[in-house]
Amino acid sequence: MNNFVKWLLTFLRHHRPAFVGTVLVSAVVATAVFGPSLLAHAPDDVFARFAPRSPEHRLGTDSQGYDILARLVHGARTTLAISLAAMSMSLLLGTLLGAVAGFAGGFADMFIMRLVDVAMSFPGFLLAMVTVAILGAELENVIVAVGLVGAPMFARQVRAEVLRVVAADYVMAARSLGLAAPRVLLAHVIPNSLGPIIVLGTLGMGSAILDVAGLNFLGLGGDPFRIPEWGLILTQGWNKRPDANLQVAVAGLAIFVTVLGFNLLGDGLKDELDPRTRRR
Amino acid sequence: MLVYIVRRLGLSVVLLGVAILATFFLHHALPGDPAAAVLGKQYTEAGADEMRERLGLNDPLPTQFVRYLGDVVSGDLGRSHVSNELVTDDLKRVLPATIELGACALLLATFVGISLGIATAMRPRTWWDVGGLTLALAGVSLPIFWLGFLAIQFFGEGGTLASFTGIPGLPLGGRFSAAEIKLGQYVADTPAATGFFLFDTLFVARDADAFWHVVKHLLLPAVVLSSVPTAVIARITRASMGEALIQDYIRTARSKGLPTRVVVLKHALRNAAIPVTTSIGTQLGYLLGGAVLTETIFQWPGMGTYVVQSILNLDVKPLQACVLVVAVAFVFVNLFVDLSYGFLDPRIRVDGDRG
Repeated sequence: MNNFVKWLLTFLRHHRPAFVGTVLVSAVVATAVFGPSLLAHAPDDVFARFAPRSPEHRLGTDSQGYDILARLVHGARTTLAISLAAMSMSLLLGTLLGAVAGFAGGFADMFIMRLVDVAMSFPGFLLAMVTVAILGAELENVIVAVGLVGAPMFARQVRAEVLRVVAADYVMAARSLGLAAPRVLLAHVIPNSLGPIIVLGTLGMGSAILDVAGLNFLGLGGDPFRIPEWGLILTQGWNKRPDANLQVAVAGLAIFVTVLGFNLLGDGLKDELDPRTRRR
Repeated sequence: MLVYIVRRLGLSVVLLGVAILATFFLHHALPGDPAAAVLGKQYTEAGADEMRERLGLNDPLPTQFVRYLGDVVSGDLGRSHVSNELVTDDLKRVLPATIELGACALLLATFVGISLGIATAMRPRTWWDVGGLTLALAGVSLPIFWLGFLAIQFFGEGGTLASFTGIPGLPLGGRFSAAEIKLGQYVADTPAATGFFLFDTLFVARDADAFWHVVKHLLLPAVVLSSVPTAVIARITRASMGEALIQDYIRTARSKGLPTRVVVLKHALRNAAIPVTTSIGTQLGYLLGGAVLTETIFQWPGMGTYVVQSILNLDVKPLQACVLVVAVAFVFVNLFVDLSYGFLDPRIRVDGDRG
């Protein structure tokens, strides 16, 4: 663990974009964790509608009379949770498919990878829209749709990793030393194929946030009166222009900053793990 | 090369088959009873049974599929049960709008993206490079509807720019304003009109004012839609140009005394062309998907808004048709991109002959 911390610090010192990304993501996560307890208002406290900015309401209130700052801070929590759920689904499903394809080979490999090819050759957002249409416009279904659409990318990467690692000399060496299969898997195969998956997961968080927000913007996110996600806050402001312009601006900014943070971090990790672009 | 082309065409046919099969099952996967949807307010138990019989929903699935396949191949995409219009008529209206917007955005993205990519690749590890890459990363991180909102606030009618400089802002939505110009009527009345308004105003009507009117409406949506493709193309160009520029043949070309312009545009760009072409091809797909959000923001009467409407109404036939159209477009774009490799890289041509 100490090694990991040392590696992380060196990485962040040498890679400025990744450092910025880490700061942005940490700030958003901190807001999601600690923000709600620092607020004066709950997200469902009702005040006068469209109140202007004031010390009482730093960002004013929205068309329902909710405090916009409170909605945004709680929105950090919901947005991260929803995107994390969708991305985890992509990761688990993709890893499962990719691992089966890579290990089994033959017909299973061909079938799964053709399916992945077909899915990836179609615009993902449209696929997510159709999936939500089939399952019904509910938040859970938005998560499932975004998760499904993200899975093929993981499957392709995991399969490539499995093929690469299983054939690597150090795995062969470990096996010929007589190490038991589970130990080879845990000590060599998994750590060595983890890097690209972490990169994809980081980048996947960004695209999941954008896709969920986009589906909400189109009115496919279900009940608009639950504790909102940023895409929904933005959409509600968009529908009440120009009175709620500030609401649209800050909600969009929150999404942008968060997605940028994940993308900067993911790109930095990718550079670091790719021997061709690694510095030093 | 011939073997390669034939094999590639075979794959395209298979993909088209998969698309038709998938849209067929879409009909059955959508929630709700299609018969009830067609009947609407006149729903009765007996009426629904009769309608189901008439729609052929009681037939075995294979029979239904063969009928669907026949309909699709003969160009019959059914009717919207909301407007009762023929889907093919709707498509004739919405497709030109989407293609016009997408083509403009792609042209813009290709030109700006490749220029930005070359500019940053030629000055690696400088502020130029860092600035360009940051811009490109910001481009893929922006929620497109937020970008649209900001664009409208700054450049739209009554926006910041208009109120500070007095320059009239750009229109906020639609392909033209019906109050100023009777373009929709004109296109409906003129057999030579295509529905592509840039083309119609410039070459059919030969009306410069109308053309400018259409361009003004197209400007903001096209720029907003091009943001992500521009960023992606710039990043790919930066990466593959960066690799090409450090090759030995570039040093050779430089030491022969060739001007930088020739070295960069002819020697390096030629060799960086394949990843760039692929990225442009994949961005076409994004344009069809991303257009949904852009069209919604700017009330663009194209396929994006049409898809959203049919999803919200659970209108099966238009949705099926749109998915099918996108799938067909995709199959052909990918086919075209793959075949273009043979022309871009002579080595693939030779390998293809062997395989």
